[in-house]
Amino acid sequence: MVAALRELYVGLRSLVIGMAITFGQFFSRPVTVHYPWETIKLPARYRGHIVLVRDERTGRPRCIACKMCERICPSDCIAVEGVKQPGETRKSVTEFKLDFTKCSLCGLCVEVCPVDALAFSKRYNLASTRKADFDRIDLYKRATEGLPK
Amino acid sequence: MQLEHTVESDNPTQSPRETFVLNVGPQHPSTHGVLRLKLVMDGEYILAVEPVIGYVHRMHEKMGENRTYVQFLPNPSRIDYLSAMHYMHAYVGVVERALGINVPPRAEYIRVITSELNRIASHLVWLGAFLLDLGAFTPLLYAFDDRERILDLLESVSGARLTYCYYRFGGLCNDVDAAFVEGARAFVKHMWPRLKMYHGLVTENIILRKRLEGIGVISAELCRKYGATGPVLRGSGVACDVRKLEPYSVYNEFEFDVPHFGDGDCMARYKVRMEEIAQSLRIIEQAIAKLPIGPIMAEKVPRVVKPPPGDYYFAVEAARGRFAIRLVSDGSEIPYRLKLRTPSFSNLALFGEAARGLLLQDALALLGSLDLVIPDVDR
Amino acid sequence: MTIAEPYRLVAYLIGILAFVGLNAAYLVWLERKVSARFQRRAGPTEVGPEGLLQPIADALKLLSKQVIVLPEADRLLFRLAPAFVMAPAMMCLAVIPFGANLGARDFNLGLLLVFAFGSINVLAILLGGWASRNKYSIIAAARVVSQNVAYEIPMLLVVTTLLLSVGTMNLREIVSQQSGGVWHWNIARLTTNPLMPILFLIFFVCMLAETNRAPFDMAEAESELVAGAFTEYAGMGFGVFFMAEYANIVVGSAVGTVLFLGGWDSPVHVLPGVFWFLLKLYGLVFAVMWVRWTFPRTQFYRLLNLSWKLLIPTSLGALVLTALILKLR
Repeated sequence: MVAALRELYVGLRSLVIGMAITFGQFFSRPVTVHYPWETIKLPARYRGHIVLVRDERTGRPRCIACKMCERICPSDCIAVEGVKQPGETRKSVTEFKLDFTKCSLCGLCVEVCPVDALAFSKRYNLASTRKADFDRIDLYKRATEGLPK
Repeated sequence: MQLEHTVESDNPTQSPRETFVLNVGPQHPSTHGVLRLKLVMDGEYILAVEPVIGYVHRMHEKMGENRTYVQFLPNPSRIDYLSAMHYMHAYVGVVERALGINVPPRAEYIRVITSELNRIASHLVWLGAFLLDLGAFTPLLYAFDDRERILDLLESVSGARLTYCYYRFGGLCNDVDAAFVEGARAFVKHMWPRLKMYHGLVTENIILRKRLEGIGVISAELCRKYGATGPVLRGSGVACDVRKLEPYSVYNEFEFDVPHFGDGDCMARYKVRMEEIAQSLRIIEQAIAKLPIGPIMAEKVPRVVKPPPGDYYFAVEAARGRFAIRLVSDGSEIPYRLKLRTPSFSNLALFGEAARGLLLQDALALLGSLDLVIPDVDR
Repeated sequence: MTIAEPYRLVAYLIGILAFVGLNAAYLVWLERKVSARFQRRAGPTEVGPEGLLQPIADALKLLSKQVIVLPEADRLLFRLAPAFVMAPAMMCLAVIPFGANLGARDFNLGLLLVFAFGSINVLAILLGGWASRNKYSIIAAARVVSQNVAYEIPMLLVVTTLLLSVGTMNLREIVSQQSGGVWHWNIARLTTNPLMPILFLIFFVCMLAETNRAPFDMAEAESELVAGAFTEYAGMGFGVFFMAEYANIVVGSAVGTVLFLGGWDSPVHVLPGVFWFLLKLYGLVFAVMWVRWTFPRTQFYRLLNLSWKLLIPTSLGALVLTALILKLR
């Protein structure tokens, strides 16, 4: 009998403690971010889709079309083409297509590139009505926008 | 399995009871993932259970036989995405063992810190989902609030929130900065009182205790029979933890306990996981205090990874149990066989026997307390 | 301004219909906001300021859904069940006094009427579950019936105990007896009956179980039986069941306020009585929501055990004790 009463008391007390905890949380500020009216600052290493990095001196993409990224990609997302311009020692890129529908953002291409020509962007809210905006992202075009041919 | 079958009752003058098959289908709020359970029920009691798996089979082992070692790096994180760091650790560990690479101490310490943070995050997801099954909606959001801090920390260091591709053969892909260390310290400080809050709100709650105590008892013998590991095994009284039995990385430099409780019911497994969060916090505190300075990548890591022919094995204590990789190499760039031993597969296997005779509600509580991730079952 | 009797009654009944309808719709909004605050998030904010037009958007959505009545379901009963759930809630409010002079009907047997109509709720859910001709609906409806029957008994015992102390079934008189400040409210009247707070607690728990709210919401446990007795209802039929649940909560809270918390009585005589009545009413409604969002669900047999093995003996004991106290006085 005493044990039953004690159990009842402990039980009721646990219920009251639980309610007190949620009541305390009631008066705390919400922790959610009211997207899209507010956004979060992305960390520096955030992995958006890859982009071609421009060389500071020439302003052109650093990529030498060695195809190491194409070979190492586990999902066959990258298609690179390049030609050796007259007077240059190495090839320069003419075409760089990324199939983002298969990319797993592993970063192997970024790490393996011998000239650090690839980097992660911060683009995460991609929305489009055309499939080509996802499975054939033209990174060369993005990297050479506004540059003379 | 026959669709309708009758059960002979003990009293021959009574007519046999009719049973029906209830399909807790692939889409259901309570099965954590795509799992189908065929339950043969007598009223509210379960007579037999047949789990049907394979809905999320993504052929990771086949991919292991068709990609080079480096190309397989994104895959282990996706086997069990909630404790991705541990799975990465096992994979890079087995290749490092095969190549004979020594990982520098700073990288090992950071691996331990990130793995333990990931374990806490995984247990918080389990806590929220389990309580959601039981009908308490609020602790899910509190758990996810805490988990958000961990995810922000890990995002600042690796760039991804769930499927980190952070470890590499020989070390890490990039170093942590002081902000991460400060953030980890702040998180530990934040989490200790939150554990007290969970104990007050959830563990002590009389409704929850009545719901979990004595329900779904799994004996240690049943665990041994099916090879269950992790909190399922530790909740049945066996203090078996890969970090203590077969220490890997630098776990033998840390002081931590292996929580185990002998009751074998859902409450024991619940308490094991809550205690594991506390022990992980302890490990993180010690690791941050002792974090050495140095390189994060071993010196001589071959560009082309070609382990010598042989049979290699590496086991880790993932959040759900023992995860192990067996690598058979034939000397080429591509593994000959990459066998993944996942904990959820064995943990699910004992559900068929353990759920017999339970009420449907109690069986679903048992399923939640096993902490299954179905992609981990199916690979 | 005195209005002739039939017209006054009709005006009050229309007012009550409007009150119930508004409550049923906007308690959904309140629940979403309150649950969001407990969970440290924002709740509906987009549709209208602070999401106030959200219930209207939801109602429009429900109205636009196709109501599928399965051929093997019982046509008439399937369509009648939502009406049977909503109507008693409205009828009960006709006898509850909102203020000193605000009551649709001053009924001498007001308390009896409230509980009589409250029992129809059970029948309606059983009707809905049975008319759906669906395995899960019938299981859930059967559960609801056994749960409701089990919890009506302690509720009625508690009310009987209160009746012993109060002596009248007229709800307005019950409230009038509690006038004079907090210490005169029935819950605090320990001199009349020292067990009053316990009686209130039992009443509150029974009210939770009667309205099928968590932690006693086995009937509609989403994670087990998809939607319980209402699985087959789509569109506005489901909407009416949903609104009826909130209407029942309002009725239960109103009865609790009248019986235990002093009705329209107020400690400070600043605002008219009806304001205090509504304040206490919504305080109880908030407590109902608070309990829902804090605790997990019980198991079904424990739910029934709680009633038959704990609440009924306790309330019987309280009844006997109260009778003894009154006799010895």
